[in-house]
Amino acid sequence: MGEGASAAAIIDETGLQALLDALRARGFSLLGPTLRDGAIVYDEIDGVADLPRGCGDEQDGGHYRVTPRGDDALFGYAVGPQSWKRFLHPPVLRLWRARREGDDMRVETDPETSEKYAFIGARSCELHAIAIQDRVLIGGEHVDPHYRARREGVFVVALNCGVAGGACFCASMNTGPKATFGYDLALTELIGDGRHEFLVEIGTEAGGGLLGALPHRGASASEIAAAQAVVEHTAATMGREMQPDVAALLARNLEHPRWDEVATRCLACTNCTMVCPTCFCTSVEDTSDLEGRESARARRWDSCFTLDFSYIHGGSVRSSAKSRYRQWMTHKLSTWHDQFGTTGCVGCGRCIVWCPVAIDITEEARAIAESEAKGGER
Amino acid sequence: MSAQTPRPRLAVWKFASCDGCQLTLLDCEDELLGIAQELDIAYFLEATRAPIRGTYDLSLVEGSITTPHDAERIQDVRRRSRSLVTIGACATSGGVQALRNFADVKEYASIVYARPDYIHTLATSTPIADHVKVDFELRGCPIDKGRLIEVISAFLIGRKPVTPAHSVCLQCKLKGNVCVMVAHGTPCLGPVTHDGCGALCPSYDRGCYGCFGPMETPNAPSLSGWLARLGMDERDLQRVYRTFNANAEPFRTESQRHGK
Repeated sequence: MGEGASAAAIIDETGLQALLDALRARGFSLLGPTLRDGAIVYDEIDGVADLPRGCGDEQDGGHYRVTPRGDDALFGYAVGPQSWKRFLHPPVLRLWRARREGDDMRVETDPETSEKYAFIGARSCELHAIAIQDRVLIGGEHVDPHYRARREGVFVVALNCGVAGGACFCASMNTGPKATFGYDLALTELIGDGRHEFLVEIGTEAGGGLLGALPHRGASASEIAAAQAVVEHTAATMGREMQPDVAALLARNLEHPRWDEVATRCLACTNCTMVCPTCFCTSVEDTSDLEGRESARARRWDSCFTLDFSYIHGGSVRSSAKSRYRQWMTHKLSTWHDQFGTTGCVGCGRCIVWCPVAIDITEEARAIAESEAKGGER
Repeated sequence: MSAQTPRPRLAVWKFASCDGCQLTLLDCEDELLGIAQELDIAYFLEATRAPIRGTYDLSLVEGSITTPHDAERIQDVRRRSRSLVTIGACATSGGVQALRNFADVKEYASIVYARPDYIHTLATSTPIADHVKVDFELRGCPIDKGRLIEVISAFLIGRKPVTPAHSVCLQCKLKGNVCVMVAHGTPCLGPVTHDGCGALCPSYDRGCYGCFGPMETPNAPSLSGWLARLGMDERDLQRVYRTFNANAEPFRTESQRHGK
């Protein structure tokens, strides 16, 4: 995977369009970044014309704006509000319905999708997030058939990030900015000094086969070095940084006063969990029609920030915002390791940007670490 | 429409309100026949004239209590109702007319009316639940048609209605809306507001106005701090919480913290 740079090739915009056309011809629905409602979202795209040409972004806690870059870059921005989770693990999914037929009842399960997706421009942090969801949703004894059906056929065109967002911290999570696995083809956008091309690396045989059918040429050593310089620059300009050994740090600070402090700011609105590319929790809702003839069960994204989520007989287990924020952050960064063997955070920074009151997971970790360093509360 | 099993009897009651929520029932159009088939619509002045008679299995109550007469009448409605469901912001929080709760009724009645002594009104507008036991509250100004059908369907089959009390934000994210506050700087009450409208305003690029009242665990002071950073002054902050659910905690308390 990500097999040597020796196989790297160069394509131009025409080559990129040819790549998209070839994927469509092979039956893939193309999903990629596009500009909508003042943000760069992932949606269906037809071709290069739908990509956010010349767009950059300005990202900080509780703040996101699309800004003009002044060039023709097609991928000159960091991750937007949505992740690929939306397509692999959809927000609402009907699971089955039951119909009364005389004295009998017929249950119909909803079939898994047969659609094949091609993800265009998936970032390294997102490939890590997909790998994490793979482990959770199809890596164990109980496999989610809907996720599996969507996941299995995906063709991934990764993008090595050319810019770091103001809330990005993948470098300190070792999850980017260069894609190292989980892609069929990986692009690095080379723009400036009158050139606009993409260095293409091959991740799989399918990717290599496809590249062979496109207009391309071999990459020179200087082009390979230029692509390397792009990701190195991105890694060096991360907007945020996570504390080292954060898993252990949080585990020994479960009663730290910082949890009370963050609870005064936390809205328990669920935004952080909704935009998180690894949060996978759902709840099921059962409904019936007026006549009592048909009922259905649907699954929808839920969040550890709602009261219903931890409701068991007698009430909600986590009734305070403090307990809910602590549950989310410690699960993401600490107990996820115990449960799934990896971190649950990939450093994409979405929870920071899309929190309406700018709560910053890296800042919360830093506050706890600094109070420890000062020999304060443990 | 079988004659053998009597259908549950439905009544729709009006107190101080604009009729918009009752109208939602008539707006059901496609489902209205189904409702009429499953329920005997026994008392519903907006649709048909019939005397109050006996008891009702399901009472939908619209409006708030603003007069001494209504304060008595709701007791009678409760006695006649097996299940009492309040519908809309007036019935569940006191409505926009609860703005009187922040003012002196006598004072403005003397300005508005030629003969204020004809006006028999209470000093406050209060939700139905302040007066009688309520079995279920359906939020909204107005209520959402789909949610009303859900509540009636749930009542008919004896299950809990699906009307989650989380924030509007969750619904926005399910729909894939771009956050108007983060991406556009538009002040929005979504993070403190009860879901149920389908995130209507943010879906059309507007901030949430809080029509469905406070969500389950609202943190209004924290949101206000951020709204101020987006440019709302003290008067704006007072007003933003004082609309259809002005009397609902914590909107009431939060509005009182501002505007001085």
